[in-house]
Amino acid sequence: MHNRVQKKDGGLIGMAEQEVTLMKGNEAIARAAVRCGVDGYFGYPITPQSEIIETLALDKPWETTGMVVLQAESEVAAINMVYGAAGAGKRAFTSSSSPGVALMQEGISYLAGAELPGVFVNVQRGGPGLGTIQPSQSDYFQATRGGGNGDYHVIVLAPASVQEMADFVDLAFTLAFKYRNPAMILSDGVIGQMMEKVVLPPYKPRRTEEEIMEECPWATSGRRNSRQPNIITSLELKPEEMEKRNVHLQAKYEEIQKNEVRYETIQCDDAEYIIVAFGSAARIAQKAIETARAQGIKVGLFRPITLWPFPAGEIAGLAHGKKGVLVAEINAGQMVQDVRLAINGEEPVEYFGRLGGIVPEPDEIVNALKTKLM
Amino acid sequence: MAQNTDNILSPENVVYRKPKLMNDVQMHYCPGCSHGVVHKLVAEVIEEMGLEEKSVGVSPVGCAVFAYRYIDIDWQEAAHGRAPAVATAIKRLWPDRLVFTYQGDGDLACIGTAESVHALNRGENITIIFINNAIYGMTGGQMAPTTLVGQKTSTCPYGRQPELHGYPLKITEMAAMLEGTCYVTRQSVETVGAVSKAKKAIRKAFEASMAGKGSSLVEIVSTCNSGWKLTPSQANKWMTENMFKFYPKGDLKDTTGEK
Amino acid sequence: MGKIKGAIVVDTVRCKGCSLCVEACPQDVIMLAKKVNVHGYPYVEAVKEDACIGCASCGIVCPDGCIIVYRKKMED
Repeated sequence: MHNRVQKKDGGLIGMAEQEVTLMKGNEAIARAAVRCGVDGYFGYPITPQSEIIETLALDKPWETTGMVVLQAESEVAAINMVYGAAGAGKRAFTSSSSPGVALMQEGISYLAGAELPGVFVNVQRGGPGLGTIQPSQSDYFQATRGGGNGDYHVIVLAPASVQEMADFVDLAFTLAFKYRNPAMILSDGVIGQMMEKVVLPPYKPRRTEEEIMEECPWATSGRRNSRQPNIITSLELKPEEMEKRNVHLQAKYEEIQKNEVRYETIQCDDAEYIIVAFGSAARIAQKAIETARAQGIKVGLFRPITLWPFPAGEIAGLAHGKKGVLVAEINAGQMVQDVRLAINGEEPVEYFGRLGGIVPEPDEIVNALKTKLM
Repeated sequence: MAQNTDNILSPENVVYRKPKLMNDVQMHYCPGCSHGVVHKLVAEVIEEMGLEEKSVGVSPVGCAVFAYRYIDIDWQEAAHGRAPAVATAIKRLWPDRLVFTYQGDGDLACIGTAESVHALNRGENITIIFINNAIYGMTGGQMAPTTLVGQKTSTCPYGRQPELHGYPLKITEMAAMLEGTCYVTRQSVETVGAVSKAKKAIRKAFEASMAGKGSSLVEIVSTCNSGWKLTPSQANKWMTENMFKFYPKGDLKDTTGEK
Repeated sequence: MGKIKGAIVVDTVRCKGCSLCVEACPQDVIMLAKKVNVHGYPYVEAVKEDACIGCASCGIVCPDGCIIVYRKKMED
């Protein structure tokens, strides 16, 4: 193993000593996937996330857990491999970065339409087009609005640390299978590339054939015991039937919105101002809060962890009566629209961001807070 | 006379009927379409191999999109052209299952060329059933990658001209050159003899998939009488006279006997 | 030696009248009927029943799987 392994100061969890490892966010995703019983990875290299497939290739999980790892001919093929795998009841995922995820949108829409629990990772880079290989959060709209054709949503988890990169793999699969819905991890080049201490999840065996049949009675792996055939499709030509399907999907999305909102608040109790930020921007915002508080500004951080479902009610509740809300993001102002919808004009909402692969400094956020809201 | 016929019509005298695995529903295909015959062959071979409970088909976008309504096995309907990628994952994750795709010329040889060529080149243990009728049937008779030079379609109404439209693609010949393929053949289903050969080809391909010998491609040169604007009988004649010249029938590659 | 005798039963509801069986039949047993079925298709029927030898050619080329073919060695 090429990772340096550090022992945490006597830290014990249960009976087993917890192993703290230093690794990149991308590596954490790969290693966590092997540990949480994932059946397959299908991917195509693109900066800044190629370490995911490289780590899997290096670790050879097919020799240990039996996990399949395949370099596909394109992102289009990779997401359709995830479609095939998920349709057959398996835990499979792919990963890419912004231009590659744009290519995957067709497959993601099909996953949503056929209600398949595929998982994918977007380690975002700046765009549009080929753009830059530097980090960005400019795929927020694409991720939270569905991205492809049709009325649908994918569950979007936004990690802000290498630890969360590792933890969200199993969470994404759990949610995907619970709701038979695609789930994504929306990261960026900062979290993907940076090295941090991480505790990988414990090993969990891949599900047996019987367990898959029980969990996924809809899966296509041959109609055993003469059951009725299972058909995976997003097609329905009769509009009355297609509307029913859409109504069913919308009911499912409401259920997800009710149950699965996740977020974190930091130093909000006495705050007069709130910064809303996700992923790597939230880390920078956290530093900005320290600076601002040292200057006597009472400011707290609201970090959405699920970008869809969006914690709209929670943000509105927290912002109520505050002097103002600043949305800091590494794009031209995307999540700010959701925050404004949530707050609905009750409190002032301003935006600050940098574009094209530039990651803002904490001081820039503090300055924005002062100039735009104070 | 009537008495004689009644006497014959008892179950023990049945010499031919559609396979049990074919559902008893009206198929949406046009009268005389080759798809129906090929569906029957796929169903017969699955039945004869006893793989009813171990088969997963992947249907395309195009006329055969509803193949899952007709053959009584598990199916996934893939995005346009992506069936080989979908099948790749199913087979890799359920290696003891029979996994095959059923694709038309537009799906396989145009929008899905990358997925087809790369799945075949990786030697995925899947079978691709390829219906080549040289036209886009589902969308109403537009030019296909396999439309013959001179052939008229709604998007080359004056006939396919290479200088305007490029040449028809012999993707089966391409497949035969790939290291990953073990069996590549071109058949048709317009006569009893041809149907018999096509069935043997599908059987050989499915056996190779189950034995893990690599990828198989079974092209069926087919008719699309609606798209060609001919009667079913005229379409068979046109196919025999025109298609077989450019798409000659027979095995292009067979390494299934080697070890 | 008994004579080989054949017979066919056509699913006239599913038949689309493509007539490929008419061409495939070596004995000219089958013809297109003048009537149409519930789907609006003319369907085929055995008109020269006596000539049928139960070779199954019609059934094999039928795209819609509409024809059941019977064959029996008749006692003299």
